[in-house]
Order: sequence, then C-alpha cells, then structure tokens
Amino acid sequence: MNELLKRLTGHRLFWPIAILALLLITSAIVSDDFFSITIREGALYGPLINILRYGAVLMLVAVGMTLVIATSGIDLSVGAVVAVSGALACFWISRLDDQNSVGGVLTAVALALGLSVVLGAWNGFLVAGVGIQPIVATLILLVAGRGLAQLITEGQIITVNSAPYATIGTGYLFAFPVSVIIAAAVTALAMLLTRRTALGMLIEAVGGNAEASRLAGIRARRIKVLVYTFSGFCAGVAGLIYSSNVRGADGNNAGLFIELDAILAVVIGGTSLAGGRFTLSGTVVGVLMIQSLTTSIYAMGVPPETSMLFKALVVTAVCLIQSPAFRAKVFGGRRWAARTPRAGEPPGPGAREPGHRVEVRA
Amino acid sequence: MTLTDSTVAPQTPSGQPRNGTDWWQRVLHYRPPQRYVPLLATAGVLTTLYLLGRANYPRFGRPQVVLNIFIDNSFLFVVAVGMTFVILTGGIDLSVGSVVALTTVLSATLLSHGWPAYAVLPLVLAIGATLGLGMGSIIHYFDIQPFIVTLAGLFLARGLTYSISTSSIPIRDPFWTFMSQERISFGRQSITLGVVIALVVILVGIFVLGYTRLGRTVYAIGGNEQSALLMGLPVARTKVAVYTISGFCSALGGVLFTFYLPSGDPLHAVGMELDAIAAVVIGGTLLTGGSGYLVGTVLGVLTLGLIKTILNFEGTLTSWWAKIVIGLLLFAFILLQRLVIARRR
Repeated sequence: MNELLKRLTGHRLFWPIAILALLLITSAIVSDDFFSITIREGALYGPLINILRYGAVLMLVAVGMTLVIATSGIDLSVGAVVAVSGALACFWISRLDDQNSVGGVLTAVALALGLSVVLGAWNGFLVAGVGIQPIVATLILLVAGRGLAQLITEGQIITVNSAPYATIGTGYLFAFPVSVIIAAAVTALAMLLTRRTALGMLIEAVGGNAEASRLAGIRARRIKVLVYTFSGFCAGVAGLIYSSNVRGADGNNAGLFIELDAILAVVIGGTSLAGGRFTLSGTVVGVLMIQSLTTSIYAMGVPPETSMLFKALVVTAVCLIQSPAFRAKVFGGRRWAARTPRAGEPPGPGAREPGHRVEVRA
Repeated sequence: MTLTDSTVAPQTPSGQPRNGTDWWQRVLHYRPPQRYVPLLATAGVLTTLYLLGRANYPRFGRPQVVLNIFIDNSFLFVVAVGMTFVILTGGIDLSVGSVVALTTVLSATLLSHGWPAYAVLPLVLAIGATLGLGMGSIIHYFDIQPFIVTLAGLFLARGLTYSISTSSIPIRDPFWTFMSQERISFGRQSITLGVVIALVVILVGIFVLGYTRLGRTVYAIGGNEQSALLMGLPVARTKVAVYTISGFCSALGGVLFTFYLPSGDPLHAVGMELDAIAAVVIGGTLLTGGSGYLVGTVLGVLTLGLIKTILNFEGTLTSWWAKIVIGLLLFAFILLQRLVIARRR
C-alpha cells in the first residue's frame, strides 16, 4: 500500500492532476451544477464543455510550445501569430463577394495557415540557421508580428459574417464543438508523431544537448526548424478558432499574453524549461488547469481581473513543488539530501534536474 | 585583437608630410575595440535616424524635440536601467511593467485616501524592492528559471493592481502637481524634474556597474556563474540584489510615470517589459549576460523614443509601423551581435 502510494505520488503527472482535481471539486462545491452536461439540439452543453471549448485555443498553442520547449527553446511569438492568422483569414473573407462560399473560406484558411507556417519557419531559421537565442529570435516576431496583424487589418477590427467560417469556432460535429475536435486532433497527431516514431526521442536529444546530438548524427538544425514551424502552424490554427469565435479579427488584442499562458501550461504540466524532456499529456493537464481556473473564478463571482492573482499563486506553488531545491530545503528528507549541496557550496553535477544540460562549445 | 598598433606609417624623408600621413594612416586604420562595436552601431543608427528626421521635417531641428524624448521616456530610462542589471547577470525580469502599474495605482489610491506624499513615496518604493527581493530569492535559492518566476511576478503585480482598482484614479496631491508641472528651463528649452531623476539614476547605474565590486560581480555572474562562484564572489547576494534593484527601479519608474501622467490606472505600462528588453538589446547588451553597457541601454531607449517621435511627425504613419520598425531594428542588432561574437571566437 505504502509502495503504491509512493509510486503514485512519484508519477510526474501526480501533482498537476491532483491540483486540477482540487480545482474542479472546489468549483463544484461553489457552483451547484458544475458537473452537469445537457444535450440540446444534438450538442453538448455545460461548464465542463465550456472549459474544453474556451481551452481549445490555448491547447493548440501549448502543444506547439511544448515541442519548442523540449528542444530547450521558447516561442514568444505565438500570440502575434494568432493575431496575424486571424487577421489574414478575416481580411480575405471580408473581401469575398459571397462570404458564405465554402471555397473562399477554405482559401482564406489555407492562406492564413500558410503565412503562420512561414512565420514559424522564420523563427526556426533565426534559431537554427543564424544561431540566435530563442527568446530573442522570437521576441522580434512578437513585436513586429502584432504590427503586421494591424497592418493587415489597417488598425480596424474586421468583422466577418460567414457561416462556414463561424463553424470552426462555434460549430458542432457529432455533439462535440468543432474547435475541441480540431484541438484534440492536432494534439493526438503530435502525440502519435512524437511517441510512435523516433521524432520525440530526436527532439529530446536535441533539447538535451544540441551539439552532442549533431555529433551523434541527428540533424539538429532540421529538427529545430521543424518544431518552430509546427508551433507556428498550431498558433495559426488557434488564431482561426479565436477569430471565428468572435467573428472578427482584432490585431491588437487577439492572442494577447497567450504565450505566457501557454508557457505556464507547459511548465505546470511538468515539462522542464531547460529542455530535453517533454510530456504532451502533462501539457494537456496544464491547459485544463489554467482554463478551469479561469472558468471557476467566473463561477465563484470573483472579479475576473483578479484571476491573474490566482494564476500567480498557482504558478508559484506548482513551480516550487516541482523544484528539487525547494523540496530539499523545505521538506528536508533523505531522498534529496544526497543530490543537493548545502547553501554556499557550489552545486555539484547532480544538483540539477536529470534534464540538466552540459554545455559543449564547438 | 585590434589592428591599431600593427599598422606603421610609411617613413618618408621629409619631416612635414610624414606627420600628415601618419595621422591619416591612424585614422584610416583605426578599428574600435570590438566590445564597443554594438554601442557604436546603436549610436550610428540613432544619429542616422535623427538626421533623417531633420532632413524631412523643418520643425524637427528644434532642441526641444530631443528634450521631449527624454521627458516622454523618463520612466522607461529608469526601468531599463534595472533591466540592464538583470540581463547582465543572464537573467530576465518580465514583471517590470506590472510593478510600474502597481506603483501608479497604489500611489493614487493612498493619496486619494489622504496619505501624505512623504509616506507614500518610500512605501511604494519599498514594495517594488520587496517584490524584486522575493523574486530574486526564489530564483536563486530554489533554482527556478527567472523567466517563470518573473512571469508569476507579472501576474501577481498586475492582479494586485486590479484588485486595488479596476478604473483610473486621478492624483491631485500638491507634491505630485508640483513634480509634474515644475520645469527647469534653459533659454526657451525646458525639461521636467522626472528627467533629472532619470539622469541621476542612469549616472548612479553607470557608476555601480563600472566602478564597484557589485558591478564587477554582476558581469562575472553573467559571464559564467560557476566560475564566479568558484572565484569566491558573492553570487547569491548579487543575484538577489539585481532583482531587488530591478524591482526598485520599476517602482521608481512607476513614480516617474505618475509625475508624467498624474493618475493611477491598472492599464498603465502594459507591455513595458518588452520596451525595456528591446532597449537593452538594441543597446548592445547580450541577453546571455556578461557583456554590455548601461550607456548602450540609454541609447536604446533614445532610439525607441526617436522612432516614435518621427512617426508622430509623419502623422499619416500609424502606431503599427512603430512595432514593425522596432522589430526590424531588433533583428538588425541581434544579427550584428552574432557577427561580433563570431569574429571574437
């Protein structure tokens, strides 16, 4: 029994899932029908479904972000790409003679996704080709991308009135929201590609030590370009869902700060920002945690602006619990004592997490 | 490393022209030390932009235009000084914009409740420094990435701001009115007291980074934290100190913000951390730490300010062009840094 408990709490997804469960139970206590799911006109409704629906945008962005972070990179530009993708799609649709034509909407979607992929590849080129630090490389697009989105919409909020386009964000398929199905499909695709093929292992190798993996015969640069491009693609899809949800493009506010939420979701899920290790299922839990936090705060009747306060507390708590140094200092315990140096001593090689990188300079 | 000494002027029999050629050779073959190359590039861009402005707009040449850049960015100077300290150690502080907003709202609220200025000022500055101290301690002692800790700080400060007030609060305190309206004039030009405070902060920052033990340790940690530790430098104290300095600078920036715009608003300074980081990067400081100058940051803030001024003069160009131009500038400077590093190896 004790052994089982230890294995359970030792699982890397234990703490994220426990906190998610705690959040959901708290919400259920505060608002009565939190777990109720009703079927109206062949579609599912309810607070839980809403969490999934509103979480779809963040889910897509976070899946791309997980793979980027796994290569020990970071993508700050996702929010800007969300804005650009939505802006281009809405701009194209607003110029159509018949906004309800499926062909026109598909062209708009293809254009928006194409541009997002190009922007993602640009990030990948800067990081892998030019060798710029990921934070800085993607900072460029974070600043310039939002300007690009506003350039496309000419600073206006473009509203569209297109039934096929609205389906992406608000439609239902087999009783499930289309946006949730899209997010789930992309997540499943990423999981399959990384866990059923060698791709995941290659990504972790590049994140663990890019130089060593290159010497081992992995095309590290190609892998990096690939993950940034995928992140751009995910952000592009997220931008389509977002703009379709609000039936319009707002270059200023679409996807604002979503990069921070996505990084948060990835870290809460247990992926180390140092790279070399990632868990997509953890990211899914992280996204659900952030989204249910937001939804529960609305349900509790607390002013929504203070949700940031709760987010700060949750992030700090989760990060502290996951930090080996914190566990060693606060809980003491023999398990960590051997791995952590005393204060004032230089940290030994075992002081960091297993994913800790060793610098190799060519 | 430099080529300055390796070139010898050709010897000519006559004395008079030899001095001339010698001097010319020196000028032609002068190569600035490589650590100054990013700084000089920023200064070059700044000068080019200024001359571009002067050539295109007749009223651009008035000295007050330059002084206005200082006035409009006094708070950004102070925030960027703190950010430079953090980035030089190889860290990053995302919380600065939120701390600025928190300071403005807290000051406005306390003042509207009748608190005197001499109590409010130290209190808000102490809160900013304490937030920085807390983040720095978590970063160092629990070994969590600065990015995530200061991200939590961003949410915490902005959330606190919203929980104090969700709307704008005007400031009518006589001290604030004095600080925002008093001007120091030279002839027909004038600056605000906020600019004077910002200049003092910059000078103190340059002194601390260049001429004190703390400053040397900041560069050492940015160069290689392990080596700094093995050299017996006070790594823990210094790392916590830079975040405390950044928190203090953000709070002071918030105070200057309220001198500039006498109100507290939770929507103030959204995204200011990006402006500060951009200014530091454009100023030639490496985001990996260990290399850069505070003077560069000052030039970076001036560059950002000058871009906005030019777009204001143009009138028809709108704010999104500023973002695109700043993005392009960032790209250019980062490429330049890569080239400098590549040549150094």
